[in-house]
Amino acid sequence: MLPLLSGIALFYLWPILQTFYYSFTEWGVFGGSEWTGVDNYVRLVSDPQLYVALGNTLLYTGIVLLGIPIAVYLANLLNLPGLRFASLYRVLFFLPYVAMPTAIAMVWRIIFNGDFGIVNYLLSLVGIDGPYWVSSPGIAIVAVAIVGLWSSLGFSMIVLGAGLKSIAIEYYEAAELDGASRWRQFTSITVPLLSPSIFFVTIITVISSFQLFDLLYAILGSQNAVLPKSLSLVYLFYEAGFITNEKGYAAAIAMVIFVLIGLVTLLQFRLQKRWVSVD
Amino acid sequence: MNSSPQRSVPRRALTGITAAIGVSVLIAGCAAGPAGTTGGDYTPPDKDLKAEITYAFWDATQQDAIQANVDAFNEEYPNIDVNLDVTPWEGYWTKVQTQATSNTLPDLFWLNGPNFQLYASNDKIEPITSLVDGDYIDTANYPESLVDLYNLDGTQYGVPKDFDTIALWYNKDILAQAGVEEPTADWTWDDLAEAAETVSTKLEDKGIYGVAAGMDGQTTYYNTIFQAGGEVITADGVSGYDEAATQDGLQVWTDLIASGASPSIPQLTDTPADQWFTSGKVGMFYSGSWSRGAIGDSPVKDVVDVAPLPQGKEQATVIHGVSNVVAASSKNKQAAQALQAFLASEAAQKQQGDMGAVIPAFNGTQAAFAESYPGVNLQVFLDATEYAKPLPVSKNSAAWNALETKLLPDVFSGATKVADVSKDLAAQMTALLAKE
Repeated sequence: MLPLLSGIALFYLWPILQTFYYSFTEWGVFGGSEWTGVDNYVRLVSDPQLYVALGNTLLYTGIVLLGIPIAVYLANLLNLPGLRFASLYRVLFFLPYVAMPTAIAMVWRIIFNGDFGIVNYLLSLVGIDGPYWVSSPGIAIVAVAIVGLWSSLGFSMIVLGAGLKSIAIEYYEAAELDGASRWRQFTSITVPLLSPSIFFVTIITVISSFQLFDLLYAILGSQNAVLPKSLSLVYLFYEAGFITNEKGYAAAIAMVIFVLIGLVTLLQFRLQKRWVSVD
Repeated sequence: MNSSPQRSVPRRALTGITAAIGVSVLIAGCAAGPAGTTGGDYTPPDKDLKAEITYAFWDATQQDAIQANVDAFNEEYPNIDVNLDVTPWEGYWTKVQTQATSNTLPDLFWLNGPNFQLYASNDKIEPITSLVDGDYIDTANYPESLVDLYNLDGTQYGVPKDFDTIALWYNKDILAQAGVEEPTADWTWDDLAEAAETVSTKLEDKGIYGVAAGMDGQTTYYNTIFQAGGEVITADGVSGYDEAATQDGLQVWTDLIASGASPSIPQLTDTPADQWFTSGKVGMFYSGSWSRGAIGDSPVKDVVDVAPLPQGKEQATVIHGVSNVVAASSKNKQAAQALQAFLASEAAQKQQGDMGAVIPAFNGTQAAFAESYPGVNLQVFLDATEYAKPLPVSKNSAAWNALETKLLPDVFSGATKVADVSKDLAAQMTALLAKE
């Protein structure tokens, strides 16, 4: 137990405390810090960029969460008895999750290309003039979220699939005898009994969505004119820490993200009592 | 909240970010300040000096030429081991900055204009004063504007190892199809606008445009700002964006996009200008000498040529080049300076040029570059040194470069008036410059 705790203390707790301390300082380019008190936080709450980033992060999280009902439905399909090639489908759905975000981003950049991309080509077939997905303000973050949703499906399905396996077949047999339809079985047996797994997936999805950075950075590109309107919280941190070189300010942003994720997670645990059924 | 194993997950995910800063900050916590031997008088080391030094750079395509340089250096100093350390551009500056903070910089490393003053003003790099005084390096052998780029407050820290200038690449096929004359050396902005508009209009059905505007200062709008007689940073160290001439230089691009001569800003974001050109979808393209490689390997390689940039009020182009600098904290300063002096020599620079890596900076060693692309007039890039202006830089260039990236696209797209944004940009940029 002690080695484990010392590892956690050294690599997690200590950096958190350090970051907390540094958020009250500002740094020279090559080290050397001075105490600035709450200046960083005062500046942060009056920075309009923070609210843009927060709005974008919430929008992104909201869209990616829509993937969970889809994942429940797909996991259920894959779990149907007698389905052939089920494991092949599982692998296919899981692939995006293990692929590198930058590689995924490059492919989707091409798919979303306003002039030569396949999305707009397909839209033009039905007479819709598609937008410049990754370079129009307001649409760019949605485009990133679509990719985020798509790449999170695999992970959610695997977790939910495992949850489905643990639901006893007798429930369904009993429901069948009572004349319940497929849909009724799904809503009254599958979803409630799967709720602990759904809850787990929701927690993980929200946390990883709040940490949106690599996908956004790679899909939009650092020279994109819509970045100021499409940035996420972690991008804001990156910009302060590594572009404009304000490490203390970056630490303050990181602390805000830390606290936000903590609060959202706490809220979810509070709410779970209302909808998660435990046997 | 019960203590389920799930609780550790949010914690762990969270600490990912914080650990990342924590560690970077931890490194930054080490004592800063100049270390190593102080810069005394340089004398060439004994031929049998034993030392191990590290030479860091970011461009892997130049590794063979650099290795050839090092082999030649080892003929003279067989016992100096040189380790080459290549870090791709994306990570190079983060890495070097961290090393500078903890005084563990490579003995010799590449520095560029935008980052030079930051390192020089913080005493992280060694002046070459004693190398110049002892005639081991003669600054008269390199393009003057670039020598000045690596001079801070009268002290010289390095000489350029290579240079690049900007010119107008054009696709002869596309211009012929549209019935437009090829660009000449005395073209003006108006000639460019007219020709580009004609191409866009006549070849609209093929989705071909006349010229690609750009969102990158070095290849596009810095050039037109200088041609308009404007400046990006004034002699007093404030922003030049509120000058009328500077705004004229920006307006050029706004007009090209508005008239349809160039693809729009979203189109250029989705597909960068160089890809428009190498796919044969744009007739003319502002770019640097470094594009030779990419264009020479592209489908349009046999139908391209180069002309000097169209002129505004005056003729101008942006010049920039990388310099080799020695770390002030180097433990083997004498060996590192010996290599620095060798790399700046005519023999080493000629080797660089002959291997086709770059345009070497040493005057008279560029012939090989000019002949390296048969049928394309690369001499234009060399002649451009006569009217070239150095890339505008300051102590913390990255900060206001980020402002340009943020604010200027709206100017080019016509969403906002040049004068309004420039005023805003100038105010913010001047504030940043004052903080440096």
